[in-house]
Amino acid sequence: MSKILITMFCLLLVSLVPMQAMPETDLTADEFAELVSQLHVKSYKEKEAIIKKIATIKDPRKVPILQRMQDGELFYRNADKKIVFREASAEQYRITDVLNNEDLGLVDAGDIKKVKINNKLRRVIRGIIARLRLQDEDAGVRLTAVNNIVKNINASGAALLHDSLPEEQDEDVREAMKTGVALMDVLSEDRPVRIAAIMILGESVLPAARSRLEDILEKDDAGDYVEADAELRQLARKGLDKIESRLNVYQFFETAFFGLSLGSVLLLIAVGLAITFGVMGVINMAHGELMMIGAYTTYVVQLMMPNHIDYSLFVAIPLAFVVAGLFGIAIERSVIRFLYGRPLETLLATFGISLILQQMVRSIFSPLNRSVATPEWMSGSFEINAALSLTYNRFYVIIFSLLVFFFLLALLKKTSLGLQVRAVSQNRPMAKAMGVRSEWVDALTFGLGSGIAGVAGVALSQLTNVGPNLGQTYIIDSFMVVVFGGVGNLWGTLVSAMSLGVFNKFLEPSTGAVLAKILVLVLIILFIQKRPRGMFPQKGRAVEN
Amino acid sequence: MLAKTLFKRLLQDDRGGDRMLTVLIAVLVVVPVLNLLVPEDSVFHLSTYTVTLLGKYLTFALLAIALDLVWGYCGILSLGHGAFFALGGYAMGMYLMRQIGERGVYGNPELPDFMVFLNWSELPWYWYGFDMFWFAMLMVALVPGLLAFVFGWLAFRSRVTGVYLSIITQALTYALLLAFFRNEMGFGGNNGLTDFKDILGFDLQSDVTRIVLFIASGLTLLGGYLLSRYIVDSKFGRVVIAIRDAEDRARFIGYNVEQYKLWIFVLSAVLAGIAGALYVPQVGIINPGEFSPLNSIELAIWVAIGGRGTLYGAVIGAILVNYAKTYFTGVIPEVWLFALGGLFVVVTLFLPRGLIGIFDKRRKRSREVQA
Repeated sequence: MSKILITMFCLLLVSLVPMQAMPETDLTADEFAELVSQLHVKSYKEKEAIIKKIATIKDPRKVPILQRMQDGELFYRNADKKIVFREASAEQYRITDVLNNEDLGLVDAGDIKKVKINNKLRRVIRGIIARLRLQDEDAGVRLTAVNNIVKNINASGAALLHDSLPEEQDEDVREAMKTGVALMDVLSEDRPVRIAAIMILGESVLPAARSRLEDILEKDDAGDYVEADAELRQLARKGLDKIESRLNVYQFFETAFFGLSLGSVLLLIAVGLAITFGVMGVINMAHGELMMIGAYTTYVVQLMMPNHIDYSLFVAIPLAFVVAGLFGIAIERSVIRFLYGRPLETLLATFGISLILQQMVRSIFSPLNRSVATPEWMSGSFEINAALSLTYNRFYVIIFSLLVFFFLLALLKKTSLGLQVRAVSQNRPMAKAMGVRSEWVDALTFGLGSGIAGVAGVALSQLTNVGPNLGQTYIIDSFMVVVFGGVGNLWGTLVSAMSLGVFNKFLEPSTGAVLAKILVLVLIILFIQKRPRGMFPQKGRAVEN
Repeated sequence: MLAKTLFKRLLQDDRGGDRMLTVLIAVLVVVPVLNLLVPEDSVFHLSTYTVTLLGKYLTFALLAIALDLVWGYCGILSLGHGAFFALGGYAMGMYLMRQIGERGVYGNPELPDFMVFLNWSELPWYWYGFDMFWFAMLMVALVPGLLAFVFGWLAFRSRVTGVYLSIITQALTYALLLAFFRNEMGFGGNNGLTDFKDILGFDLQSDVTRIVLFIASGLTLLGGYLLSRYIVDSKFGRVVIAIRDAEDRARFIGYNVEQYKLWIFVLSAVLAGIAGALYVPQVGIINPGEFSPLNSIELAIWVAIGGRGTLYGAVIGAILVNYAKTYFTGVIPEVWLFALGGLFVVVTLFLPRGLIGIFDKRRKRSREVQA
């Protein structure tokens, strides 16, 4: 009985040991190799001793080896007990020497054995690796290491951070370390230490810091504070308020960012329509389906270049522009040109076209959604701090939509085609008299608007499901944006898309997504009553027609 | 006798309507006979399924008349008429829901099943009164009418016209679609209202009830048609047509254009609501899908195909398109959307006056030949 107790006590002690500072010694590379080659021993105790010795040697090979060992990925060859890494290769394994990465050829599963490891060893190794990471030359690695320790903070972790603090030069890493230490200090018995810790926690945005402070303000069942010290409670309250207000600020930025990214999506889906509807006055209900065509173009491009998904979008964007643009020109030449000046009829005819396009996609690609891969450079997120991280795909959408917008604006304002487009939209007979081929301009303008819809489709393929109903989901939104902004005004479309996006996202937390959307719709309906021609109406004689 | 002279007077200049109503009355007589009196193994027997299908078409025809009133006669292309139809349907559905009583899965005498499922303890206030048939029928007309009134009052007063109006009516039905999808609204969310048992104490599944509903739909269509004909032939209707053709001129002459537009819009919405109320007991379900903008646009194409501004054209268009839909989606579903989409394009490009236009032209030509 007593023996068991003693062993447990030893275990406890040992588990704390690796966290203590262990200065690196000048043992040579040979000794390192010698130690590593002994790792195959059966006894866990001996293994632990070896590992600890290894930890003291300065050698770049030690972290990968220890990491593999901890993951259960370290092996030794039965024949000569050589320590190796293995990699699956067909039905065999390719093994390499851990010390010099020498390829030792293919072996069967039975020829190698795992270097066994138990929980205690795992803990020891974890401590060593954490410590090593804290001494890494790259501040980013150190910060990640600190954050990992802080995430599951315990006494030994805090001790480790505390010890590393004096040597740390980087300000961010120091902050993170201090916070980690404070998370434990706040639980100590020493009053000044606790006060200092509470002050530090008040500066943090970690959820853990917040809950530690909330713990101090906890009441027990009888309604009394668990924490007797009133001054401490007051400090904690102050710190908590500070955290809250800072979180609110971050929350605000995050919501605004979400809103802008939603606004960018709206801008993308609406800006093509702003051309066809706004400049030409054509109600194109097939606009959504042109986006769908753009999305499917992306899908096809990815099918054709499965090994280069990362670059697929750069191929898909111009291609989608061309494909959707050609569809647009075909629609204009075959149907819309007969219906100029009859907007309601155009609406119905283009709706018919949208049904045909949908069914076409259904017949060719099946009615099921198709999955479009996201390139690697678009996934992941940019972490500003624990409370605020911004995903890259939203970033790119914002940038991309603005690029498209300004491209279009420049096209309309700076090129001769743009000049002709504006001339035809303002006064067709006069433009004709000046020698503008108005029919040709019509076709090109419609093609341009449709091409932009196709480009928007490429963006949508990265954000939602690509299916035959993709267009229908967005068509009403895109009309709302154009009408809200004011027909015939690209800047109006920009402002309207962004404000609708931001407004929608700010409503969402209090109302929920669906209700927010309904409210926005109702708001637009009411707004149009007040200003039937949108936020930025066209002025002048052209308006009355 | 009085009815006959009234008929005659209303339809004296409306040969198409006269013929259409004659066919309708004949169908109303023949169908019940074929269903109830002809033995089931006879070739002339009409299954109850077909009767219900026909009844559904009749309600669609009434809905088409409602749209033709505003679009064909007043030039307002509403792409939200499906919303009024669905609201009428929901009002009827709520009555039918309350009639289920204790026969629901949970056996709650007060609450419909979906509310029990959502752990609601009492009926929301807006469900009160729907256990009474007369109240539900009042709501069938009142709710769509009121929505149309508020919406129309706002829209017409600020002179939202043309495509702008079409787009915001579409936004209206889209907003309602989203709203009715929410469980918290208390209208059964995604699943809508269904599982109806009986209406006014009669079993909804029985042949006789189905026939009665069919006849009721037919008679309502008849009444709706005559009422609409009466309105468009009246002085009020003349002004409405004048507004369609030259809104500014009508305004300058001194007519209060907004009032005329508003009342024709409200009337149309009420008719659409009634159509919805007749539709629901026949198909046995009402769900938010009825609000989908697609339905409203499809409705516009029924009217366009039949020929707008004639009333009977709308009826013919609604029945033909829906028959085609039933046929195609049953036999070759892939083709249906191609066909419907093609119809949209062909009709708008080549048949601005719809199918009626073709026949009218023929008749005119033959008359010219005779003369």
